[in-house]
Amino acid sequence: MSLTTDDVKRIAHLARIEIGDDEAQSTLKQLSGILGLIEEMQAVDTAGIEPMSHSQDLTQRLRDDVVTSTNQRELFQSIAPAVENGLYLVPKVIE
Amino acid sequence: MIHASLKDLAAALAAKKISSVELTQLYLDRIERLNPDINAYITVDAEKSLAQARAADERIAKGETGPLTGVPIAQKDIFCAKDWITTCGSKMLGNFVAPYDAHIVEQFNRAGAVNLGKTNMDEFAMGSSNETSYFGKVKNPWDRERVPGGSSGGSAAAVAARLAPAATGTDTGGSIRQPASLCGLSGLKPTYGVCSRYGMIAFASSLDQAGPMAKSAEDLALMMNVMAGFDQRDSTSLQRENEDYTRDLDKPLAGLKIGLPKEYFAEGLDAGVAQAVQEAIDQYRKLGAETVEISLPNTRLSIPVYYVLAPAEASSNLSRFDGVRYGYRAPEYTDLLDMYSKTRAQGFGAEVKRRIMIGTYVLSAGYYDAYYLKAQKIRRLIAQDFEEAFKHCDVIMGPAAPGTAFKVGEKTSDPVQMYLEDLYTIAVNLAGLPGMSIPAGFSNGLPVGLQIIGNYFSESRMLGIGHAFQQATDWHTKAPAGIE
Amino acid sequence: MQWEVVIGLETHAQLQTNTKIFSGASTAFGAAPNTQACEVSIALPGVLPVLNKEAVHCAVKFGLAINAEIAPRSVFARKNYFYPDLPKGYQISQYELPVVGKGSLTIQVGDSEKTIRITRAHLEEDAGKSVHEDFHGMTGIDLNRAGTPLLEIVSEPDMRSAAEAVAYAKKLHELVQWIGICDGNMQEGSFRCDVNVSVRPKGSDKLGTRREIKNLNSFRFMQQAIEYETRWQIETLEDGGTIQQATVLFDPETGETRAMRSKEEANDYRYFPDPDLLPLEITSDYISDVKQSMPELPEAMKARFEQEYGLPAYDASTITSSRGFADYFVSATAAFGGEAKLVANWLMGTLAAKLNEEGLDISASPVSPDHLAGLLKRIQDGTISNKIAKEVFDAMWTGEGDADAIIESKGLKQVSDAGAIEKIVDEVLAANAAMVAEYKSGKEKAFNGLVGQVMKASKGKANPAQVNEILKQKLA
Repeated sequence: MSLTTDDVKRIAHLARIEIGDDEAQSTLKQLSGILGLIEEMQAVDTAGIEPMSHSQDLTQRLRDDVVTSTNQRELFQSIAPAVENGLYLVPKVIE
Repeated sequence: MIHASLKDLAAALAAKKISSVELTQLYLDRIERLNPDINAYITVDAEKSLAQARAADERIAKGETGPLTGVPIAQKDIFCAKDWITTCGSKMLGNFVAPYDAHIVEQFNRAGAVNLGKTNMDEFAMGSSNETSYFGKVKNPWDRERVPGGSSGGSAAAVAARLAPAATGTDTGGSIRQPASLCGLSGLKPTYGVCSRYGMIAFASSLDQAGPMAKSAEDLALMMNVMAGFDQRDSTSLQRENEDYTRDLDKPLAGLKIGLPKEYFAEGLDAGVAQAVQEAIDQYRKLGAETVEISLPNTRLSIPVYYVLAPAEASSNLSRFDGVRYGYRAPEYTDLLDMYSKTRAQGFGAEVKRRIMIGTYVLSAGYYDAYYLKAQKIRRLIAQDFEEAFKHCDVIMGPAAPGTAFKVGEKTSDPVQMYLEDLYTIAVNLAGLPGMSIPAGFSNGLPVGLQIIGNYFSESRMLGIGHAFQQATDWHTKAPAGIE
Repeated sequence: MQWEVVIGLETHAQLQTNTKIFSGASTAFGAAPNTQACEVSIALPGVLPVLNKEAVHCAVKFGLAINAEIAPRSVFARKNYFYPDLPKGYQISQYELPVVGKGSLTIQVGDSEKTIRITRAHLEEDAGKSVHEDFHGMTGIDLNRAGTPLLEIVSEPDMRSAAEAVAYAKKLHELVQWIGICDGNMQEGSFRCDVNVSVRPKGSDKLGTRREIKNLNSFRFMQQAIEYETRWQIETLEDGGTIQQATVLFDPETGETRAMRSKEEANDYRYFPDPDLLPLEITSDYISDVKQSMPELPEAMKARFEQEYGLPAYDASTITSSRGFADYFVSATAAFGGEAKLVANWLMGTLAAKLNEEGLDISASPVSPDHLAGLLKRIQDGTISNKIAKEVFDAMWTGEGDADAIIESKGLKQVSDAGAIEKIVDEVLAANAAMVAEYKSGKEKAFNGLVGQVMKASKGKANPAQVNEILKQKLA
């Protein structure tokens, strides 16, 4: 599987990272190198092996349905790039 | 004083031989003098630190002393600390004043420790040399033209240069153990789930663990007593009985079976490092331990597996950095898509962007099975390797890194070169096992670390094993020149 | 060409919990923007999710209510995409292993019953809201809703008409309220349906390309939208065009569906199991406990009403379409002690009409079950006629007291004294010779006219049965 600059641009778009043509080229080289590294996995026989997400075979703990948070809007919005009337502002979203 | 152990510092504080304010000021002065060159700290806030020191002194005056009350500790800048700028080594969070404390920070605050400042790190914990930080590289105090290792490079350099008596770090693929090795320190990555990840900025959620970095195994134990423990805000935090990590420090070594993986002493290992590590292992034999050769056959695969899983998780974890609610936002943009794309292109450094791209790619439609799922399966094989190995030995030992501290810029041109630094450490994260590095000697004047890997929840025993070595040798007491 | 429409529904029901699915922030509706957006809700760096016990409880209740498989082990997955109302840049949902598996729901369409299969139901978190008022060219984002627990319920494409789709949606809407997991408030967005519509030649077993109608917040709009969309798709195909997969919005003003403008290429959500959460385990003991604590379900209650009360299927179905109605019926019938059918008739007829007229829920009915029972007793014992009873009902509705009090104060007692009625009949016959003649010449309708006159003369209080009898006698 070899990557092209179109692939790089598509991935960059999925990740919402702007990438120019030059950068796409150099990124392509580096990514291809890394992908070459991970290709080594294909040689391994993993038939019948369960994927491992967590090291301990535990299950999810549940939380009581009780309100524990207080209103911290002022504090949280004091570090926001753009707010008005308690709302976070972003460039207009077109539906 | 600057070489004193945490235990001795706590004793001195309790005996009122020195106050927390004096001790904190001492370190602040050293930081002012030495940090501009070493760059171990990103943020220092004397006012905040001294306020904490004063509060600690009040507690001490009342006789309320704990093992770390009044002791200044440096915090890796990956831990959110309320009202402190918390950057994670990134421009993306360059102005981010954390509105809450990480669990780890809360633990230290409860214990009465003093936050000495936020240490430098590879951006978003991605790196093995602390060269990717937006806030500049960190210099290895042992040789200022060399790297301290990463991603906890700032914490390592701070402790090595005696700019902090101890520091916190995080380890996802070796980011505590490798810098500890390169800087002549002791560092521990606990079993996954022992330390809470709440407030610790996420890189790879199933691999990240917080851990202590200090001058001795004994100090690590004291730190663990504060850091470890259940936190209900973290679903992966383990509910276990509280432990005293100092309880096995003096346990005798006789009969200890040390497994030596043949894969850890093969090609890729620097000869000088190999020698120092072998001599350290000999020392263990002298102390009554026996060694046995074991095999961890899937060691080599740990790198590709890691470089699928960690970037995949990271690519998702870093999606929240979009310029909407906090952090960097691009100054100019045309529409929403442009705002996102420019913010992230400008806010993230090259390595972070690379890893996000890899992660996005391996999760994308059509590739999930071949990459992500495959990696998770091999991960289980790797964990099984250890499970098998521990049937034949109590602990596993080997080098923590394939070489000593390399020169700045030496490995930055090819990312894969840098990734190979993690060869001995990554598998431990994949399996979720505890791993520790302690100073084992020198090669060409540069520190070499011995890695000790234990079975799940055997940290206390491991610390005792490290302590025994440190009673019989003095590598861990060595400090770099030029830091007086 | 004969066409067939194929419809499937994806419904998002907001669960009635106190707090969000993964954090302890409140889910109360109507709070000022971002005042219920905790650190987890706004995705600050370093925060983590912990699962709400009650959300799990709700999901299991639902699974049991639709006779579905409950997964002993289910997994939360991240659905990755960028949108300002999605603070983490991913939604925590369930993908390969949902908590609820295959189940079904039976709907009533006209006289027949149909089983609609449900593919799955899973837990996930809701996103925040965009406020589209213009903030000098910007949009405002409120994250209060971000993290509210949702149950996404996916049906098989089993529906073959707008009526079936609406019947399914209504049944589902009632069910989630019945078992107490969702308040069903469609205006507030507690219950949202997306409808997938495709058409195909009748007899074909291949599915056509479907379009998804989003943001339907009323059953009436759902009906209109599906009908329009169906016609549009058929016309397009008959004109030789093709259907492109699309998301469409319904415009209530025009009654038309329209593909959304900036619809990008199909999203690649890059699902993977969320490493911050562990697999959810649900034991059979837990399921039994939940089962024990569940209220009797509509299906079972309907069957029981048919059995115990002898109600016809239609009545039983209508009354059990709402827990409020069912409870009212049971109370009123118990208090009445007479024929259940009479209660059912009044409930489905007069009471329902009045509630509808004033837009009230049965829980707000001014006429209580006891009141209704009291009224029905007076009909049964002949104190008042059915017609007068309606007057009494209206008076009870406006709070003028119970049946007895009203009958007394308005002097509405039925006149059943044969002598009194005879007198009135005689007067009426005398005053309506023409009508009498018509009747005698064979016009049956004239009889009703005479009855009407007697009722009028008695101000409606004459016992109708007796009036009939006496009139017949006198005209014989």
